Amino acid sequence: MTALAALIRRDVRVALRVGGGALIGVLFFLTVVVLMPFAVGPDLALLKKLGPAILWLGALLASLLTLDRLFMADLEDGSLDLILMSRTPLELACVAKALAHWLVAGLPLIVATPALGLLLNLDGAATGAVALTLLAGTPALTFTGMIGAALAVTLRRGGLLLAVLVLPLSIPVLIFGVAASQAAATGPLSFGTPFSILCALSLASLVIGPFAAAASLRQGLD
Amino acid sequence: MTPLGPYATFIVTSYVLVAAVVGALIIWVIADYRRQTARLHDLEASGVTRRSGRSATERS
Amino acid sequence: MTLIELANPSRFLALASRVLPWLVAATVIVLAIGLYQSATAPDDYQQGATVKIMFIHVPNAWLSMFVWAVMSVSALGTLVWRHPLADVAQKAAAPIGAAFTFLALVTGSLWGRPMWGTYWEWDARLTSVLILFLMYLGLMALWRAVDDPSRAARAAAVLTLVGAINIPIIKFSVDWWNTLHQGESVFRMGGPTLDRAFLIPLMVMAVGFTLLFVTLHIAAMRNEILRRRIRSLQMLQAGKPRTAA
Repeated sequence: MTALAALIRRDVRVALRVGGGALIGVLFFLTVVVLMPFAVGPDLALLKKLGPAILWLGALLASLLTLDRLFMADLEDGSLDLILMSRTPLELACVAKALAHWLVAGLPLIVATPALGLLLNLDGAATGAVALTLLAGTPALTFTGMIGAALAVTLRRGGLLLAVLVLPLSIPVLIFGVAASQAAATGPLSFGTPFSILCALSLASLVIGPFAAAASLRQGLD
Repeated sequence: MTPLGPYATFIVTSYVLVAAVVGALIIWVIADYRRQTARLHDLEASGVTRRSGRSATERS
Repeated sequence: MTLIELANPSRFLALASRVLPWLVAATVIVLAIGLYQSATAPDDYQQGATVKIMFIHVPNAWLSMFVWAVMSVSALGTLVWRHPLADVAQKAAAPIGAAFTFLALVTGSLWGRPMWGTYWEWDARLTSVLILFLMYLGLMALWRAVDDPSRAARAAAVLTLVGAINIPIIKFSVDWWNTLHQGESVFRMGGPTLDRAFLIPLMVMAVGFTLLFVTLHIAAMRNEILRRRIRSLQMLQAGKPRTAA
């Protein structure tokens, strides 16, 4: 357990240091959301309607783009080989790395959501709903994206290939995330059903993601 | 054959399209086979042999 | 002939050249019977002659999922049993599966135009097939991105299995999303209540298209084995010291 805690602490520290690039994801999120009104027009009623969808799409893209470096930096400085050789199961090490990544790249997105909700004319309840669904849904994005990051590092290819492979897998999270936040904001539907499915998706990806990522690291790097 | 009714173009288009794509697949597979065997023969003619010493196109 | 014996690529090549003529003949015969039966099938009282599109749409849609299942079994073969032909089978299946998925999409869209009045309806089935098509293309992009076949094979195997787990989840989500957004109910196929006059030609066509896939797949696997032999021969040639000639 201490090894995993040390791994999380190290990853968080590396990400927050100069050159870590943890906060670029939030900046990207902010920029995407600011771009949206230029595309659809400054109509506040329309923005209010599209708000949850815009926030979710922005968060999806932001968390995907930061995933590129999840294993690549460790491969470059050699610490990935140490993680592979250590006695801690690789699956658990993957969980720890994903958790650390979520702490530095996922949580800031949720913290930034209320400010961005103001820009999109969302009221308090809707903003809270979006933040809550992001809190439940972004772990699923991180854990499925981790599979893509592991594939990318074994292939020495990242960027667009990773996005193309991972985006179709994140469609369910997007569907239920947006549905739950829209149900809370406007819809006649209940918030509970899509939200609990979203939580279920997060838990399922917590199981599938580390196993697939560890399998691809083990197969690809020996 | 029964007449195809007002939507004949849609029916004919879809059948033609399926035939075209399946035909393209068949042509691709055959052309690929010809290309690979030709290259293998070229390589063998230039004196490269497999480690087992057998011909690569041989079907024992 | 067991699966272990088939692991020898030379033996696979020998078997393939013996079996392929029979498979081609069977495919041609079954597809000819199926086409004749679907041409003579009666019109549907509701859809008229457009029901004929069903006879090619449904087999393609069936194959789009069947091919992914074949690839998943091959992926298990690559990762678990390290069967030497498994990644060949998986790589050869991907473009064929993508082609059938594309056909399922286009025939579905052409069927939808007279039925719904638009070429594209965000119908749950069409949308799921579209996502499946995107995943096939992603898999092919992965194969093309890496030049070392064995490295690409293992990555593709992981992705195929993750896809196999995710496809039912995606299907479920899209169904849910669609019922949320679909105001009026669109026309749906009768499913098991299909009349025998349609069911028999449909079955024959499905068998014919499956035979077509098997034939194409074995032929493509043969090409892939030859391609890998050329690759290793070229490496041998490049590694050999040049003699003055």
